[in-house]
Amino acid sequence: MAHHSTEVDFKTKLQDWIPKLVLSPSVAMVLVFVYGFIIFTVYLSFTDSRMLPSYEMVGFANYDRLWGLRAWWTAIDNLFVFASLYIVICTIIGLTLAILLDQKIRGEGGLRPIYLYPMALSFIVTGTAWKWFLDPGIGLENTMHLWGWESFKFNWIKDRDYAIYTVVLAAVWQTSGFVMAMFLAGLRGIDNEILKAAQIDGASNWSLYRRIVIPLLRPAFLSAFVILSHLAIKSYDLVIALTGGGPGRATELPATFMYSYTFTRNQMGTGAASAVIMLTTIAAIMIPYLYAELKEKR
Amino acid sequence: MTIRKLLGGAAVAAMISGAAYAEDVEVLHWWTSGGEAAALNVLKDDLAGQGIGWVDMPVAGGGGEAAMTTLRARVTAGDAPTAVQMLGFDIKDWAAEGALGNLNAVAEAEGWDAVVPTALQNFSKHDGNWIAAPVNVHSTNWVWMNKAALDATGLGEPTTWEELVAVLDAMQANGITALGHGGQAWQDATIFDAVVLSLGDDFYKSAFIDLNPDALGGAQMVEAFDRMAKLRSYVDDNFSGRDWNLASAMVINGEAGMQMMGDWAKGEFLRADQVPGEDFVCIRFPGTQGSVTFNSDQFAMFDTGGDSPAQQAMAASVMNPSFQSAFNVVKGSVPARTDVPNDAFDACGKKGMADLADANANGRLHGSAAHGHANPAAVKNAIYDVVTAHFNGEFDSATAAEEMVNAVESAM
Repeated sequence: MAHHSTEVDFKTKLQDWIPKLVLSPSVAMVLVFVYGFIIFTVYLSFTDSRMLPSYEMVGFANYDRLWGLRAWWTAIDNLFVFASLYIVICTIIGLTLAILLDQKIRGEGGLRPIYLYPMALSFIVTGTAWKWFLDPGIGLENTMHLWGWESFKFNWIKDRDYAIYTVVLAAVWQTSGFVMAMFLAGLRGIDNEILKAAQIDGASNWSLYRRIVIPLLRPAFLSAFVILSHLAIKSYDLVIALTGGGPGRATELPATFMYSYTFTRNQMGTGAASAVIMLTTIAAIMIPYLYAELKEKR
Repeated sequence: MTIRKLLGGAAVAAMISGAAYAEDVEVLHWWTSGGEAAALNVLKDDLAGQGIGWVDMPVAGGGGEAAMTTLRARVTAGDAPTAVQMLGFDIKDWAAEGALGNLNAVAEAEGWDAVVPTALQNFSKHDGNWIAAPVNVHSTNWVWMNKAALDATGLGEPTTWEELVAVLDAMQANGITALGHGGQAWQDATIFDAVVLSLGDDFYKSAFIDLNPDALGGAQMVEAFDRMAKLRSYVDDNFSGRDWNLASAMVINGEAGMQMMGDWAKGEFLRADQVPGEDFVCIRFPGTQGSVTFNSDQFAMFDTGGDSPAQQAMAASVMNPSFQSAFNVVKGSVPARTDVPNDAFDACGKKGMADLADANANGRLHGSAAHGHANPAAVKNAIYDVVTAHFNGEFDSATAAEEMVNAVESAM
């Protein structure tokens, strides 16, 4: 009997252990390859690493150097312009599309994917397509000239003061549909009873949306903001494909800065420092969000 | 030091894994386009004839950035390839890490010291030891002109800055884009190399090789930037981001009058069935006659732990005059040794070879700053930043010269 009971014990124990056993490799891999390398990057940012990692500590010298670089300030300025416009415009367009699609219109099932599909493209494809479209020599401007509108001019992508706005344009085109889907899900989650009650009380459509629907979409706004802001901070491929950081260095973003300093300019320490700054920026956005989310669930 | 330990580990691992690899060379390179790959086959066949296998490791991507990133990963993992295609200061950096092997035996036996130009040896040797075998020499201070467009100006080939401006003006008056150019940082910097050199060899050396702040921020630098601004005025509106070969195409079909580019541009002209001297003209950038700014592809040989006969044999094959001739005819560059017969080369190639020998003899052969042969990558890119910002109108010439000093200082 004693023998039997230990076997049962073993089985239940095994059942307890199996999920942990199965999960542990992925946990270990995430620990090493994500958090381990984050720690390694932070460490490198305090060393004098140039072409290869080195372990000579130099304190905050890399950060000093970083904040003294004009290229880094350009990247920060660009990120500020890009991120704020990208987030605001995407949210407005996404919300408007969602509200319009939510009017119980015919063919919604066909319209929705049309707006959503750009998200299925990679940023490289988006960037290349927009690069050709915006190129004055072969794209929109040239086509307009061929059609006889000779005075038409749209050369933002070749103008260092406006090139960053073409990045916004392409990014908004890519992501608006996705934001729309998030808002649409939020709209579908709103209790119809509330809306009916408001309508009975004589609320106009406008005040219905302004005072009831949009405030109820708060969680969707928050998710949209978090997703868009981290997309903005880590954007790399879109800029590389669309402008290559040019004209000159006019559309450099922190991510392109980080890559070029770490891997092509042999200034790994400075590159690591910029990566740490990017990480802390994202953390500054994500931590309050996670905190709020977890608090709600409790 | 860590690298040495890692390499030591790799050597032990290689010994344990047996002798099967002893007769192979693993080669990391980015010569993947048709002509280049065909040229590499010459080398491959030569080695196969000696019973040495070739493990190909191509990492595509023009300037080799992707290849260098791969190399870093391989070396950090303790698994360095036998030979790696490399440019300029990358070789010096790897040599300083103690990661490269020693080719002295083969270099001595074949007498490389006597035939490889001294300026090239700066990159092929570290602390007096041969570490790399140079494959070719590209020179960057060339101007490629459409012959018909030049004839239409009624002017001859320009030999001074003033004559160049006259030709450019005349071409513009004839209704074509005078200067075909692609607005990418390295292309702007390629022109800047030639412009700085046209203000004197001493100035070039002082500014780009010695990184002397007085030269970097001085009156001559302002003058160089003024000349860049002048050249900028002959470029079409749509130049930014254009690839160099598209700019060459503009010259080939007569949309543009000339392009200032290294000799790899010649390949574009030849592929379009153009004949040097008849359809297009190759001249040195006016004011730089007799001088050559170069970049040179080399095979850097990694320390594979002890003697590697296959590695030495590969180095010898690379330096073989018949390979040097065959490869460089295809590549558009000139051989890295000065004793290779020039029979197989076209007129521009022959001129390039003569110029190289000349410049070498007179001490006027300089590493190209735009192509990482005058200063380390960090400094090179800092210079790019300033040159391209000025070319795109962000700075005036005086500010650019000031910024040049700051940028170079912050990169060191």
